[in-house]
Amino acid sequence: MEMLSPEAIVESFKTVLGDSFIDAKIYQREVAVKKNKFHSLWVEVKKSAFRDAVEHICELQEYPHLAVISSADLGDRVELIYHFTLYYGNHLQELSLGLRVSLAKNDLKIPTITDIIPGALFTERETQEMMGVEVDGIPDNRRLFLPEDFPQGVYPWRTDETGPKDMLRVLPGRQKKYGSG
Amino acid sequence: MAVDETKTRYTIPVGPIHPALKEPIRLDLSIDGEEIVDVDVVVGQVHRGIEWLGMNRNNPIQNIYLAERVCGICNICHPFAYVMAVEQAMGITPPERAEYIRVIIAEMERIHSHLLWAGVAAHEIGFDSVFYFVWRVREEIMDLIEYVTGNRITKAMFQIGGVRRDVTEEQFPRIRQSLDYYKSIFDQLKTLFLDDKTIRMRTKNVGILKTEDALKLLAVGPTGRASGVPKDVRQDQPYGGYADLDIKAITPDMLTGTVVGDVYDRIIVRLLEVKQAIEIIEQCLEKMPPGPILAQPKIAVLLKTLTQAEGEGIGRAEAPRGEVVHYVRLEAGRETLSTWKIRAPTYVNLMSIPTILKGGQIADVPIAFASIDPCMSCTNRAIVVDSKTKNTSLLGYRELHELSVEKTKRLEAEFDS
Repeated sequence: MEMLSPEAIVESFKTVLGDSFIDAKIYQREVAVKKNKFHSLWVEVKKSAFRDAVEHICELQEYPHLAVISSADLGDRVELIYHFTLYYGNHLQELSLGLRVSLAKNDLKIPTITDIIPGALFTERETQEMMGVEVDGIPDNRRLFLPEDFPQGVYPWRTDETGPKDMLRVLPGRQKKYGSG
Repeated sequence: MAVDETKTRYTIPVGPIHPALKEPIRLDLSIDGEEIVDVDVVVGQVHRGIEWLGMNRNNPIQNIYLAERVCGICNICHPFAYVMAVEQAMGITPPERAEYIRVIIAEMERIHSHLLWAGVAAHEIGFDSVFYFVWRVREEIMDLIEYVTGNRITKAMFQIGGVRRDVTEEQFPRIRQSLDYYKSIFDQLKTLFLDDKTIRMRTKNVGILKTEDALKLLAVGPTGRASGVPKDVRQDQPYGGYADLDIKAITPDMLTGTVVGDVYDRIIVRLLEVKQAIEIIEQCLEKMPPGPILAQPKIAVLLKTLTQAEGEGIGRAEAPRGEVVHYVRLEAGRETLSTWKIRAPTYVNLMSIPTILKGGQIADVPIAFASIDPCMSCTNRAIVVDSKTKNTSLLGYRELHELSVEKTKRLEAEFDS
């Protein structure tokens, strides 16, 4: 397996995805006494090319490690970041790669990647129940952490009207301060 | 019926969960006679909404102590990963000495966690004398942790941009004394766990996770390494003082020449990692550079910088159970974090549980499940469905444990005769 530099990885994304590639950032810092370099990479792609991007990551390394999907409610859109690790198993060569996709609030759908990476199931189920992002083609549609009696249509990580605002309890003598929740 | 009886209802389910040790979880086992044909893992019973608190109530510095409380045993690696993520997001670099101190306490945690696991594993197969022995031995490292940090658990050592307490030259002899103790008994532990016939009978070829499955199901930590995946954040990614050391991920073939991926291999990996941790601490004591331990000692200034900072960062640390990942996003003018996502190692290792348990026997469930080092109270909630009669019955922790002890006795009797 050939290991590419962070810059070369960004270039390879540009070549493979073409117009669907939006932006990339490379973060680098020197660590401890020997000043070995720590790298993390952030790549943003259009939603239409999301599956292509994941397949491309699988070409960079046969079994990339998907750590987790993080999601953020940014007002009119929801941003998902798929946190991958590349080149593990090699001394000080590992890269963190965050694959960023933005979804408009009126079309919160993302295709599943469990057919490519079976271990993605838990984090896809979590994103679905917590952020209200529908994962197309997910093999197990049940909730993961939320109990069955949790109301439908309420998503704990959202900051808009579908957030858990009405479910919060203000203790006696305390002022309501969790405005954004 | 049995399902409803065990269901615990919660009415405030907010935020994500940390599915780690000593927390409830449910395994639905489908069995055919003695053989397990399918397993369903049901999680979420102890939803605490820690990330939600970090995004809505606490400021980033208060979050360090919240991160410590994500897990009682991994109370170093969570703040470790968290402060690294925040440091990346706000763009500060901790001093070199702090990086080394972080490594020293993280490795102390690894020793105590692996010994704790070894004791629990011995208990699961009914070998209680080993359980008592290992936990007595573990007290030495707990005393050392208390000596160095002032506390046995939740040590509050971490700060954004460094650590809160120094490890001084005067403390070195006491630290070396404990490390020497572990070196002196290491061979005894090795013989006990790797050569004992009872342990070999109960762990060899039990709960196998093949290399390809481990890669596909994203297994991390000793679970992944025992299946031959050489993934170890300490080796792979330069962070903390680990970046200066030459660390190699431990896989069972280093000792036996082959990778089976069974419970026995997971014991090998954890045992060798105890030795590796001792060596890492010794190297850190030798190489520790002088200097400050905090990049910004004034908390008020740090907090103001944090409020004004804008950016995102990811922190990865190798916990005793595997890789811990924290993702943080800061928004200028906001007192709390804008986004906080925690990924604990058991979160991904649980994906491997059906593969590990399938084809095994009910009596192997405690040790096979414990071998990924998750929470054991889960077996409290194991439901047995007989696939022929469709009858369900509830096996409590005691019954399951007794089944496991009986199997050990039966195997021993067969071996002796």
